[in-house]
Amino acid sequence: MSTAPFVDSLRCRECARAYPVEALHVCEFCFGPLEVAYDYEAIAASVTREKIAAGPSTIWRYADLLPASAENPVNLGAGFTPLVRADRLAAELGLGELWIKNDTLNPTGSFKDRVVSVALTKARELGFKVAACASTGNLANSVAAHAARAGMESIVFIPYDLEQAKIITTAVYGGTLIAVDGSYDDVNRLCAELTSEHPAWAFVNVNVRTYYAEGSKTLAYEVAEQLGWQAPDHVVVPIASGSQLTKIHKGFQELHQVGLLDGDEPPHVRISGAQAEGCSPVATAFAENSDIIRPQRPSTIAKSLAIGNPADGFYALDIVRKTGGAIGSVTDPEIVDAIRLLARTEGIFAETAGGVTIATLAKLAASGVIRRDERVVAYVTGNGLKTIDAVSPHVGPTATIAPTLDAFNEAAVDAGLSLED
Amino acid sequence: MPILRIPTQLRTLTGGAGEVAVDGATVGDALKALDAAHPGFGERLFDADGKLRRFVNVFVADEDIRFLQGTDTPVTDTTTVSIIPAVAGG
Repeated sequence: MSTAPFVDSLRCRECARAYPVEALHVCEFCFGPLEVAYDYEAIAASVTREKIAAGPSTIWRYADLLPASAENPVNLGAGFTPLVRADRLAAELGLGELWIKNDTLNPTGSFKDRVVSVALTKARELGFKVAACASTGNLANSVAAHAARAGMESIVFIPYDLEQAKIITTAVYGGTLIAVDGSYDDVNRLCAELTSEHPAWAFVNVNVRTYYAEGSKTLAYEVAEQLGWQAPDHVVVPIASGSQLTKIHKGFQELHQVGLLDGDEPPHVRISGAQAEGCSPVATAFAENSDIIRPQRPSTIAKSLAIGNPADGFYALDIVRKTGGAIGSVTDPEIVDAIRLLARTEGIFAETAGGVTIATLAKLAASGVIRRDERVVAYVTGNGLKTIDAVSPHVGPTATIAPTLDAFNEAAVDAGLSLED
Repeated sequence: MPILRIPTQLRTLTGGAGEVAVDGATVGDALKALDAAHPGFGERLFDADGKLRRFVNVFVADEDIRFLQGTDTPVTDTTTVSIIPAVAGG
């Protein structure tokens, strides 16, 4: 079985100890997370804009920069989602050039398809036949779907109180789905222990997480390619574990390193993070100018971001500070308002995590952190159909009428519709 | 004696054992006893200042000790203490 040609080794992010390219995620010495180390010179010699443009319209167009072989990927078509100019939303928020990375349009409706496609491709390379995960919902959907596609068995663990839609859209793929009486952090802890007991299972966000997390780099690659191989000035990214934010940063830096970006200098992309107030351990540390991230017990409608003990929180905090960004937090009503604002101005229906991103974008724009002269990209990473409960109390038919012209005319007057033409 | 649950990554230090019983009235004492019984745990779990490394999570009866009294959290003969590396989510 062929493997990714440019992967050198795995390396501890804390103490830099090197490890072989296997199903390892934690440094045996200090418990620090392992990162994939690449031979960037070899990548630079292989990759070109033309080669990428001739590749598939999926994340696998960036195969040279991914840790699994693109020869036979576990692929439902994740990635290469639209980057849309959002002038109407920008006008509402007083911003200049604003873009939305619409990652609601992935095969199972969230950015998780990117990471899972990489994780299961690598898991299959490593000989695994069972795919497992702990999930707040989006990952559950994606693992169940990709495992079905790959003919792998799936075992998915979720908190019992997930949105009904996310439960059904996982269960339909026919794998094993275990609802755990506890929070996501409880589920995660259980899965960390299960990983020790069942080494033959590929827990995508535990023992193959090192590879899995790399899939999020494609969120940076695509934005740069879609902007004509330029990095934006400022991006807004939701924070759950913090992994996605750190990988978007890594993605922009790598593009420079392998010579794909315009300009000779490394890109300076300000990276800002978004959390729900009901689960804001990283935003709290940022606001308090602290390096200590205190775990929280989440209570928010943004369940896909409800990780009270974020493993990559330290790194996300560090990157936001280093790049001159900020981390905002928003209330549940602000999340709902932002979902409706994005839908009303741009025709994009986001799940609650997208509401967190847009509400934070609005706050950071209002406070002047995000400037009018910046080219801004907001990452909207999940589809609103998954969290319909969040908005269902607030939207519905304008009127319910009898099937007659009179009834319609009356309702139209009540609704303030113009009937002139 | 409280039972310590050892993750795969550290089982090389226990000769492969996933559970170890040690003496101690607090989490900190139990972890020190673990290091005495199986040398090597101390430097892996604690940093140079003697604080738990930031990617080490310790749970007492399934509760994160950061929600309890940290390494001062009391333990009894029937307590299970789990050492777990931090993991990312989704």
